[in-house]
Amino acid sequence: MNITVRVWRQKNADDKGRMVTYGVENVSEHMSFLEMLDVLNEQLTLSGDDPIAFDHDCREGICGMCGVVINGIAHGPEVTTTCQLHMRSFEDGAVIDVEPWRAGAFPVVKDLVVDRSAFDRIIQAGGYISAPTGSAPDAHAVPVPKDDADHAFDAATCIGCGACVAACPNGSAMLFTSAKITHLGLLPQGQPERESRVIGMVEQHDHEGFGGCTNIGECTSACPKGIPLDTIAQLNRDLLGALAHGKA
Amino acid sequence: MAVSGLIMVGYLILHMYGNLRAFEGPDAFDEYAHHLRTFGEPMLPHEGLLWFVRVVLLAAVLVHAYAAITLWRRNKKAAGYVGGKRYQTKQNRTGIQRSYASFTMRWGGVTIALFIVFHILNLTTNDIHPGGASDSPYLKLHHSFEHFWVLAAYTVAMLAVGFHLWHGFWSAFTTLGQNYSAKRRDSFWNSAAILVSVVITAGFLAPPFAIYFFGLGG
Repeated sequence: MNITVRVWRQKNADDKGRMVTYGVENVSEHMSFLEMLDVLNEQLTLSGDDPIAFDHDCREGICGMCGVVINGIAHGPEVTTTCQLHMRSFEDGAVIDVEPWRAGAFPVVKDLVVDRSAFDRIIQAGGYISAPTGSAPDAHAVPVPKDDADHAFDAATCIGCGACVAACPNGSAMLFTSAKITHLGLLPQGQPERESRVIGMVEQHDHEGFGGCTNIGECTSACPKGIPLDTIAQLNRDLLGALAHGKA
Repeated sequence: MAVSGLIMVGYLILHMYGNLRAFEGPDAFDEYAHHLRTFGEPMLPHEGLLWFVRVVLLAAVLVHAYAAITLWRRNKKAAGYVGGKRYQTKQNRTGIQRSYASFTMRWGGVTIALFIVFHILNLTTNDIHPGGASDSPYLKLHHSFEHFWVLAAYTVAMLAVGFHLWHGFWSAFTTLGQNYSAKRRDSFWNSAAILVSVVITAGFLAPPFAIYFFGLGG
């Protein structure tokens, strides 16, 4: 298949940036979206142009490194990561717009690469348990209700790619933050720090310049891992509880 | 946003109840309006309850507006606009699943605020009195809604309220931590929001439409 891609090109953080149009011929429909970009980059290199910078790592859909906005949708038309999106999801002759995540807290580094270290700092503000772990305890030593275990696991599948922020019309990272709150808050190991965690992470979230949640739901629709929307209600529940206990 | 919004929803339900008394005729309606002013006497002063409600409502409106403007400014900055647009593509401008109601929360809210000013000048102070001024609440209502433009203005405003509540009512309960469903459409509070917005829109529009089309109460 032959396609046209319009890609956001930006030399560095200070450059203004613009959309540039490229034609890509003989694209196999079995290629992943990133492989198509690889082919385009080979073309660009051969013709002496600067290849397009984009983030990627495992290419298995589990690391959260890749992610671009394709035709206005984070990770493109399928519910998966950009590396697991295949060209068969597009028509032959399609014009595909490729842009970086847009958020005040995710400044563009180059082309399609954004700085997502704000997520790391949110995790550092409480998204962990500080219990010494040692060797694994017996599986039945601390009973966890099945519903809680399932729910915690659903939330724990967050790979921190940032699609929720890119999709959110408010540039809010509430889904990312709430996934960690829910994951740890539903398990016994997460209880001692449950209240300080939600206060710390929400404070850091706001400090990084992410927007406020207005419960639109675009985040959960764009999420390649399908983190459910009720994690945000769980965060709000925990936050109200912690504030009521005077933990702020 | 959530708490101040829910206070206003509570008021709307009481207000709607009062409006529907119009179907019982001029005497019942005017008597209800009069009772609102003498409610709780002699423990409360004349119009005591009314002024208490007005102060609470004004506070709720101010808090709601302040929170909305703060959120609006913060979110605009957070969304990372480039030259007035967030994404340059012309495809999927309306997102993946977002509702018309969610798009109209901000300007819909402004529309409703402007309408409330008109509404108070029209039916409370009666400074705007198409069809003639009156001291009778029922006649104020009746004179106004014999005019098509008044009916049209109220219809537009009530539809705006309906959309605002469809997103707002569900959203308020999510903010208060009460959504337990993975998908919005499966949520109890989403169904509740649809019910509340339909009931309030229909309940407020019923008396005006009855007056304009069927000459309710002559």
